[in-house]
Amino acid sequence: MTESTALPSAFAEIADDFHALSGRDRLQLLLDFSNDLPALPERYAEHPELLEPVPECQSPIFLITEVEGTGREATARLFFSAPAEAPTTRGFASILAEALDGRTVGEVLDTPESVTGALGLAEVVSLLRLNGMAGMLVRIKRQLAQKSGL
Amino acid sequence: MTVPVDPTPALQDYARPEKLVSTQWLADQLAAGRPEGLVVVESDEDVLLYETGHIPGAVKIDWHLDLNDPVTRDYVDGAGFATLMDASGITRETTVVIYGDKSNWWAAYALWVFELFGHQDVRLLDGGRAAWQAEGRELTTSEQGKPAATTGYPVVERQDAPLRAYREDVLDFLGGPLIDVRSPQEYTGERTHMPDYPQEGTLRGGHIPTARSVPWARAAAEDGRFRPRAELEEIYQGELGFDTATPTVVYCRIGERSAHSWFVLTYLLGFENVRNYDGSWTEWGNGVRLPIAQGSEPGEVPTR
Repeated sequence: MTESTALPSAFAEIADDFHALSGRDRLQLLLDFSNDLPALPERYAEHPELLEPVPECQSPIFLITEVEGTGREATARLFFSAPAEAPTTRGFASILAEALDGRTVGEVLDTPESVTGALGLAEVVSLLRLNGMAGMLVRIKRQLAQKSGL
Repeated sequence: MTVPVDPTPALQDYARPEKLVSTQWLADQLAAGRPEGLVVVESDEDVLLYETGHIPGAVKIDWHLDLNDPVTRDYVDGAGFATLMDASGITRETTVVIYGDKSNWWAAYALWVFELFGHQDVRLLDGGRAAWQAEGRELTTSEQGKPAATTGYPVVERQDAPLRAYREDVLDFLGGPLIDVRSPQEYTGERTHMPDYPQEGTLRGGHIPTARSVPWARAAAEDGRFRPRAELEEIYQGELGFDTATPTVVYCRIGERSAHSWFVLTYLLGFENVRNYDGSWTEWGNGVRLPIAQGSEPGEVPTR
């Protein structure tokens, strides 16, 4: 896929994995991501009110970011919470976690929102559902910019 | 009808008990292997839920991906529906039982689309996926027991008029029994606006003038099953004064929650003529020069 060469490296690899598969197997890979979404650390599991809701998603999902350091070189940490009954949303969150967690704030902020459309998922989950993933990315970037003092 | 109806006493009070099956009945049907002539369909909001485990032998039909034509922004046509039915192992004579997540919103929506094509015997699983799961019944990721593809589903022209309202129909219908089944906050038009947040869908908040607010969830019990007929009558006929003989129109945001209410009015309460306005608020809220009302009152019929 030529479009994936323009993606940030973290996403390019994931996009390649998806594009290498056809319809049903793509869904299966999304399900693998969904199952691998890391659980919330205790400090958030016990305080769900600290997390921010993402209303663009059809199903309830909450997220919070942390920043270690300041400015663009700071490290970005991402945490998500979504119920088992919402595997698609969990899958989206898990992709974002794998691609962006632990990167620098600068790298995350430079990630174009169009990235969610380049993963080859629109055909298997529909564009409308994919909106939720873009909604998560917008919030992640906004939180990180604030917390890193940018 | 190729498969007998579910004789469960609790269902017999409804106007059309043959449109609903209980989890126990379905489990009994499947216990000795899926009978020929019965196909179970899962239709969910979450497109991956089926892959996490489904009722044994069930096929998946997704409202967004399978029942819509994204180019015409309409449902698939007769040829498209026939192709989908053939691939799903459904013939014109097949009894179809649909279930799904979220209290069967999308299952009801899929059922409604089946009826646009006049599929004779299509039923809902009362309580949907959640009830099946809560009772600890079997879910599987196995393909075993799924129907083989069939051929020859007829190409049937979709009959929208009796079941579906377009925006022009609604414009002519203002002042008639029009039901907004969204949440009270969506109805009044108050929305959670936050700076810098993308707004999904609509430019305006509010409701179609003269529409009454009856959130879909009022028809559902805690466990996702439908409320008993007497309770439903108390709401729709008693409290709101709707009449089974008067044509009625329901809408929500994109037509899925209102398909749930359409099912309740049509099959559980026996309303004779209910149409689902599937363009719903996504279309009406954005429609240039379409009148809206805001706040908790239904509002007046605008002068035209």
